[in-house]
Amino acid sequence: MYLRPDQRPPRNRLALRIAVAGGLAVALFGVLSFRLWNLQILDGKKYLAEAKNNRTREFKVIAPRGDILDREGDVVVDNRTSLALQLNMQKLPQDPAAERAELARLGALAHMSLRKVRKAIREQEEVALGAPVTLRRDVGHYLVYYLEENQRRFPGVSVQRVFVRHYREGTFGAHFLGSVGEISEEELKMPRYRRLEPGDEVGKAGLEYTYDRYLRGNPGLTRIQVNALGQPTPGGQLLATPPTPGDNLKLTIDPAVQTAGEAALAGKGLPGGFITMNVHSGQILGLGSFPTFEPSVFTHPMTQKQVDYYFRDESAPLTDRATEGLYPTGSTFKIITALAALENKVITPSTPINDPGQLIVGGEHFHNAEGAAYGTLTLVPALEVSDDVFFYTLGLDMWDTNDLQEWAHKLGIGRPTGIDVPVGTDGLLPTKHWRDQLFKEEETDRPWSAGDNIQLATGQGDLQTNPLQMAVAYAALGNGGKIVTPHLGMEVQDAAGRVLREIDPPARRRIHIDPGWRATILEGLHLAAQGPSGTSHVVFDSFPIPVAGKTGTAERGLGHADQSWYAILAPYPNPRIVTVVTIEEGGFGAESAAPAAREILEAVFHDQLAAAASESEGEVGSG
Amino acid sequence: MMYATRTRNARPEPFAVHVGIAERLGLAHMDWPLALSAVGLVAFSILTLGQATLHDVPGDPHYYVDRQAIYGALGLVGMLLATRIDYSRFRELRVGIYTFLCVSIGLVFVFGFAARGSRRAFELPFFSFQPSELGKLLLVLALAGFVIDGARRGSAVQRTVRYLCLGLAPAALVFLQPDLGTSLVFVVATLAVMYFGGVRWTHFAVIGGALAAIIALVLVVAPAMGFPILHGYQEQRLTSFLHPSEDARGAGYQQHQGVTAVGAGGLTGRGDRATQTRLDFVPERSTDFIFAVIGERYGFVGAALVLSLYALLFWRALRIVTLSKNSYGILVAGGIAVSVLFQVFVNVGMNLGIMPITGIPLPLVSYGGSSVLATFLAVGVLQSINIQAHHSQRGRFAW
Repeated sequence: MYLRPDQRPPRNRLALRIAVAGGLAVALFGVLSFRLWNLQILDGKKYLAEAKNNRTREFKVIAPRGDILDREGDVVVDNRTSLALQLNMQKLPQDPAAERAELARLGALAHMSLRKVRKAIREQEEVALGAPVTLRRDVGHYLVYYLEENQRRFPGVSVQRVFVRHYREGTFGAHFLGSVGEISEEELKMPRYRRLEPGDEVGKAGLEYTYDRYLRGNPGLTRIQVNALGQPTPGGQLLATPPTPGDNLKLTIDPAVQTAGEAALAGKGLPGGFITMNVHSGQILGLGSFPTFEPSVFTHPMTQKQVDYYFRDESAPLTDRATEGLYPTGSTFKIITALAALENKVITPSTPINDPGQLIVGGEHFHNAEGAAYGTLTLVPALEVSDDVFFYTLGLDMWDTNDLQEWAHKLGIGRPTGIDVPVGTDGLLPTKHWRDQLFKEEETDRPWSAGDNIQLATGQGDLQTNPLQMAVAYAALGNGGKIVTPHLGMEVQDAAGRVLREIDPPARRRIHIDPGWRATILEGLHLAAQGPSGTSHVVFDSFPIPVAGKTGTAERGLGHADQSWYAILAPYPNPRIVTVVTIEEGGFGAESAAPAAREILEAVFHDQLAAAASESEGEVGSG
Repeated sequence: MMYATRTRNARPEPFAVHVGIAERLGLAHMDWPLALSAVGLVAFSILTLGQATLHDVPGDPHYYVDRQAIYGALGLVGMLLATRIDYSRFRELRVGIYTFLCVSIGLVFVFGFAARGSRRAFELPFFSFQPSELGKLLLVLALAGFVIDGARRGSAVQRTVRYLCLGLAPAALVFLQPDLGTSLVFVVATLAVMYFGGVRWTHFAVIGGALAAIIALVLVVAPAMGFPILHGYQEQRLTSFLHPSEDARGAGYQQHQGVTAVGAGGLTGRGDRATQTRLDFVPERSTDFIFAVIGERYGFVGAALVLSLYALLFWRALRIVTLSKNSYGILVAGGIAVSVLFQVFVNVGMNLGIMPITGIPLPLVSYGGSSVLATFLAVGVLQSINIQAHHSQRGRFAW
């Protein structure tokens, strides 16, 4: 090739090759420059827009739920923030050994065994496959810092700041406040949850459910500058639509009445329920059930023991006995019997009925309680002493009409009340039609008989109702015929306390009650509570405010003690308040339910009682 | 005639009257534009890394810039040392260099540490040494020696085949690491040395044809037959640039983000508002995609400046080819010049979306000790050729 290898080759041949190399270089640099010019100068704006669009992500900012306040404006339920340890199952290591190791490390940090971690994952995946699994709520800050520093060792693990409902200490309002939870697949399809997304929290029960659309609020949107992994960059918040917190809900609940009612029930230590309501407006001042629970229990992970107690125990602590109980009412039902008899001209207030101690119908004996015999009575004394034979007789007189059932129905027994918490059942008002139908279907051994109506006339037998329905019925008597809509919500307020909406549901219906009959029955009730031979005389004789109350003692079958009832209207003769208390196995009405009712009324009329007390003290002083 | 001859001064001047500092350091007749372009590029690299990689290593904002500055300083020293070595010595050591080249690359398979599924480097206390980077220079030095040495042995075809085999053996080793990009540089360096060694045009035509056939075989025929030669990711990278928008989130994602970054830079760049390269959208932004960082931060002005520095470097290198006192110098300088040009074109082309992603660093600008050092040493060798030319020729001619 070249003559002498270590000397310069012939210039002309080399020159050509150098020229070609140089030319190639010029061409290559030309291509690069041309492309660069194209990208940066000609198309620069397009790419700039793309780059700007590239780096932002939108994040939903959860809106805090509105507070629930009592009638005084004090907080019953608000929110606290909690740090939740979450696992994104898709981002865990694929290798089973590595996954196992990570879960074990994580478990050690969260004070959970590997078995427990796996169980939590399994349980939550059953509910929502693919959603992040919450291992533990309320983790400490130290754990957050540790995880952030060791992120590489814990792929798929994150700590989320979540809002958790925070309740007033104790059991206050446990049964009606309700609970919140993540929206379910079925709920997402419902029109009432239009525009919600998976993962959003909604009210699941109680007031949280009913007033969800006010309490819920609207999530905000934050546009955050992110890196290629979608992680927010420091200081990169670009634009935000702040979340709209949910509106506050002010309740009709009077904290003193509620507390007194819960304490009265707890004091008896037996299952039962109470309700205190304004007879004109249907505003519920207190509503409770026993056994009860602390609502905050459900915001923490529960132990198996707790789960067993709350969901499987016979005492059913989650059931609201005041609104969902199914009980015969005993003699508290007698006002309905009396009203039906008067309105249907079966008796007048002065019609005497003889009580020899028992009523024999078709060979069946219906006794007075404890074998008493009161002789000849009219309605008012019959109510005062709660004479059973008197009302047996009325039941017998109306047994083949539908008069008693009609009036019970008018007063709301066995019907929806319209209360603003979800109620599972409306109870049962036994009628001729109902039993005959059952008999036809061979589900019962006999058709409707006089005995059935005699039982109903004194609130025994097949009747199934609850304090809520009885309170509505008594309220109608008290207010002269208005069937109110019982409600717990009073106002929807914004965060600043401005009233956005008043909750004042209209009366469900009006029935005509003759004022004379009403006065007669109330007089009977007044004597029953405060007359010398009244059934609850021992409890209410010393009560400074005139009241009209009726005891009830419902038979619950063999092996069960009687159920104690008390329904009371106060003050007499123009009642403003109705209180109904029932206590399972509480014995005679005057034994347990009436004293509980008195405790509640003492809270309702606290101011008046205090004034009366100081007045009488003053009298003593001057005398 | 392009190159003007000039009278030779046969007598050296043993005692110059005024000895300058450069002269005393043995640096007289260094090609200053070449040195300045190299230093300029590494300085630009340090500037860019300093501003763009503040958040890359948590708790150590200066991680990259400190190291690159050290590598640059070491490289500069290396360049000056190489400048003082008579490059002709490398011709004598060609067998040793070639052996060292192959053994060091081979040892990586045994002792190297794996990064992302590929063994390319030794883990040393202060940095990981990647023999294939230095290998680019060593291959040129050795192969040029073999070419000169064997210029009269065998037929033209035999010689061509021999050079090809000598060059492709280490290239194949590197390919197996696997490091497709560097092995391509080895191939190009081999071809460049042969080119300046005077291998016939017809041979190049045949080689070119064979290359086309191999590419077709590797990318189309072999996978179709069920014997994939390239790893899946390699093939995707090589072909995805042909249809970048088709798969903006997959294999073409990185390239698309790189192109977006460069385009977003506009005329004068976005500075600290450069989101594409600051927020991790562009991968490997301290190494393979550093040109995208420059493009976005400093815009057309900065990117064109970098390209100009490379053009200057290449021009001076090519000029040294014309000046070399002997054929060895011509082959070495030519091999270095073309392999640098190839790397620049492939890397920048990759950043601009017109070349496939091959993992070839941008010489002197990409972060990495091995690459910076090796490139500085290569520049040093070029300087040595330039100085030797002056010592032997006493004067210069214009080009």
